[in-house]
Amino acid sequence: MSLALRIDNLPHIARSSVKCVVAVVAMALITNLGPGWLSTIPDWLMFPVSDIVGDSLTWFAREATIGGIAVQEITRGFAGLIDKPIEAAVVVLADGLFKGRGLDVTQSVPPLSWLALGGAAIIVAHRFGGSALALTTSICVAFLVSFGLWQNAMITLSNVLVSVILATLLGLVLGIWSFRSTHVENVTRGIMNVMQTVPIFAYLIPTLLLFGYGPSAALVATVAYALPPMVHNTVLALKSVPAETIECGRMTGCTQRQLLWQVQLPTALGKIAVGLNQSIMMTLNMVIIASMIGAGGLGFDVLKALRKLDIGGGLEAGMGIVALAIILDRTSQAIAKRAAHGKHREPGQWPIWKVVGLWLVIATGIAYIFEPAQAWPKDYVISTAVFWNDLVTWINIEWFDVLDAFRTFALLEVMRPFRDALAAAPWSMMIGLLAIGAYALGGARLAIYCVALALAIVMTGYWGPAMNSLYLILISVTLAVIMGFPVGFWLASRPQLQTAANLTLDTLQTLPTLVYLLPAVMLFRIGDVSAVIAVTLYATAPAIRYAMIGMSQVPVARLEAAQISGCTRWQTLRWIRFPAALPTLLVGVNQTIMMAFSMLIIAALVGTKDLGQEILIALNRSLVGQGIVAGLCVACLALIADALLKAGAARAVTHRHKKED
Amino acid sequence: MANDIPASQDSNDVPMLSCQGIWKVFGTNKSEFERSGGPDMRDQELARRGWTVAVRDASFDVARGEVFVIMGLSGSGKSTVVRCLSRLIEPTNGNILVEGEDLLAANEAQLLDIRRRKMGMVFQHFALLPNRDVLGNVAFPLQVQNIERSKREERAREMISLVGLEGREKFFPDELSGGQQQRVGIARSLASNPAIWFLDEPFSALDPLIRADLQDELLRLQKQLHKTTVFITHDLDEAIKIADRIAIMDQGRIVQIGSPEDLVLNPGSDYVKRFVKNVPRSKVVRVSSILRDATSSDSVGDIVVKANDRLADVAPKIGGSTQSIAIQDDKGVTLGYVDRDKFVRVLAGVV
Ligand SMILES: Nc1ncnc2c1ncn2[C@@H]1O[C@H](COP(=O)(O)OP(=O)(O)OP(=O)(O)O)[C@@H](O)[C@H]1O
Ligand SMILES: [Mg+2]
Repeated sequence: MSLALRIDNLPHIARSSVKCVVAVVAMALITNLGPGWLSTIPDWLMFPVSDIVGDSLTWFAREATIGGIAVQEITRGFAGLIDKPIEAAVVVLADGLFKGRGLDVTQSVPPLSWLALGGAAIIVAHRFGGSALALTTSICVAFLVSFGLWQNAMITLSNVLVSVILATLLGLVLGIWSFRSTHVENVTRGIMNVMQTVPIFAYLIPTLLLFGYGPSAALVATVAYALPPMVHNTVLALKSVPAETIECGRMTGCTQRQLLWQVQLPTALGKIAVGLNQSIMMTLNMVIIASMIGAGGLGFDVLKALRKLDIGGGLEAGMGIVALAIILDRTSQAIAKRAAHGKHREPGQWPIWKVVGLWLVIATGIAYIFEPAQAWPKDYVISTAVFWNDLVTWINIEWFDVLDAFRTFALLEVMRPFRDALAAAPWSMMIGLLAIGAYALGGARLAIYCVALALAIVMTGYWGPAMNSLYLILISVTLAVIMGFPVGFWLASRPQLQTAANLTLDTLQTLPTLVYLLPAVMLFRIGDVSAVIAVTLYATAPAIRYAMIGMSQVPVARLEAAQISGCTRWQTLRWIRFPAALPTLLVGVNQTIMMAFSMLIIAALVGTKDLGQEILIALNRSLVGQGIVAGLCVACLALIADALLKAGAARAVTHRHKKED
Repeated sequence: MANDIPASQDSNDVPMLSCQGIWKVFGTNKSEFERSGGPDMRDQELARRGWTVAVRDASFDVARGEVFVIMGLSGSGKSTVVRCLSRLIEPTNGNILVEGEDLLAANEAQLLDIRRRKMGMVFQHFALLPNRDVLGNVAFPLQVQNIERSKREERAREMISLVGLEGREKFFPDELSGGQQQRVGIARSLASNPAIWFLDEPFSALDPLIRADLQDELLRLQKQLHKTTVFITHDLDEAIKIADRIAIMDQGRIVQIGSPEDLVLNPGSDYVKRFVKNVPRSKVVRVSSILRDATSSDSVGDIVVKANDRLADVAPKIGGSTQSIAIQDDKGVTLGYVDRDKFVRVLAGVV
């Protein structure tokens, strides 16, 4: 890592960069000055992909028969079947039972009261996470109750519970199956990889077509969305069981079944539980989004508020989502931590189900006698909606000049020109540049892979919206990195802050995406600026996290060596820390981009003009083909970015090793 | 320890465990190995096919109640041998007899039964189940056999007190120290009262002091239980301390089998010689192995030592004497004599 070495490297770098520049310039000249079809996509390159996909899916859903039974019948029946557990959960947790018809409907059996459920949540939190977690949970419960969000939160919770249970069962079965057979594992891994890059809305469209508007469509979409990580985690967890532990099971004479149930699964439980926590949070995110197709609950409130631009109402429901997310995340994490150990309770403690059961009985008794314990009285509901709306109005009056100046500046001076440049750039030039970049980073193979994905976008006719997505992503990711990396670097040098930082980042990342739209809309109304701000907010967390990890993991010996050689702080940063952290930083950028993509699609709700908007329009108008194909285009963009950055990170690693040799 | 247990208590003299010409070649299977030439293949041929030979042509018998130690450097194939003996790893070639019965011919169900009733194993990294407390871990082998709860817990408690962990039945593995965890592992391996006891580097993951404790513990248990034991270690001192016989492995081959004294006094190759060079002989060699027959000049004089004493134990007695030293067995019968001169030379390692 000496200076001499670096200078030795220079000619090589210079030579390859000269080559690159020449290639880029040549590419720009050819594509701009060449025949017209190089700059505007010719018709012969476009295929009616969306029509084909749409028609065949519609045919499948409406007319196809399997073994003489119409698919429509099957899906209807299936929808009816999976409606039942959701309905049951909603009855128990949120709505209760009703009798009578029309106007004289009366509640015959109330649902479990907020006192019962909230108390149960606090008891569980206390058992697994101690008094700190119990306090957090109490605050969240109190918020939900006193702001009148309880019932909607319980509808959301019902959906989450049923989806999580289904996804867990399916995920375990598929995971165990994949673990036992490499063939199955290859198949599931392939499918799961694609599924994880497809944007969240795209899940809603086929399920909507197959199951119709309503909770069952939402449930199917949610389960499909939460399944891949569950399967993946189950396989990883089972693989992590030490070989000796399995040998011990075999030596004691376990049958295959005993080995699985008494050795492998229990030993893997801790890791499986960590995966379960992830799937719970993904489920919550999806359930919120799926209120678009009839899941109801808190998500629906936010969407309604966004449509009416009722920021106050939206913020309140959004905070409700945050409260619910915090309870679910912290508690399931605490339980996961406990599951890794065998110890479930102190000697003399009652098993948790007994305590909770007893509490439910007592609380229901109290609620029966004392009405406010059943349903929080309307007169005592605090609403801050008015306050928030006033605040927004106030901000918009008092700060209008500043905000508007910022907005206009950003829009006119930065975003529009960039967008227009991307839109005006010949498609062939963009693909050519992509090819050069990919070749430089990872060779011919990578170049072919990326170009094929890009050409797929060209053929579908979504090139324009795709460039719009690209522009939003690039700006947001740049901002996220510019803001996130320095914070991460700073945190890396302050180990005492890292636990708190990790907790905050965890919480930020588990919050459902929809919530991030609210503050942006509050300040900048509808449009690209709000979208960029929301995406940036969401994508900054991984940037901070990876910067922190990358910088903290530089070997101490190297830092000491630098100190001994009398490096200044800046020199140490430039020559020691940064090169060592580079691969991790690139992984961080990759994560940031992936997060940005998932948020960008949601940001379509505040009026972008990109692929996300295409999907949203398709969703609203039931244009199945368009929706799915636009979704796949997003996946293509994400896959290209992923491949490029992974190649970059791999190069950074080998480069570093070469230098070290 | 050899003297505590007769080499064979059995009149019919079938070894408890016998393996003949065991090979384990990774990367191939039995039939392919045989088709390609089997045990007669030369090293280059094996290497050319990209196979790894972990064990080649290992043969030995383990008598009932004997402590048989397999010793060798890392990667020499010790773990593979011991796993072949229980068919955790399927040997590529050779025969294994358990009490005269062919282990490799056993089908899946018979194998389960043999493992459940006849074999117990202790692992280097303990391999405890993290979700069960001490009691649950020790009772696990019995639970697998569907033995009813009260019975298996009673037996488990017995085993727990045998290894000195009473009072910790309700502790979970991550609440125990490494030494305690391995005691649980030992108790578990003994729960189903197996005749054959496998220990794969059971103490390698422990600190030296705790290791010594557990070695003593093992000797104590063995004195009480007389298990037929196959013990793996890479530590020669440990091997000498507990072994009746030691097999030394090098690159998959067993290069010498013998009692600790044998190895120290008559190393069969340079490889073994290098190993035993630094072992203090006085702590290994018994007086009986250097005795000579009585001559007319000998008489049972002042100095009488027991045949099974080690040289180091008797050296102080020999101190100022110029006489030859009488050697007697436990019953007081004189077996022979050793000259002081010879004694000193053996002690010094000149012979
Ligand atoms: N599953 C396997 N596949 C291929 N080669 C293996 C496998 N298991 C072991 N080997 C090889 O067989 C040889 C013997 O391994 P083994 O584990 O028996 O050694 P060991 O004497 O127990 O060493 P250690 O003291 O490190 O435990 C080693 O060269 C190892 O690389
Ligand atoms: Mg080993």
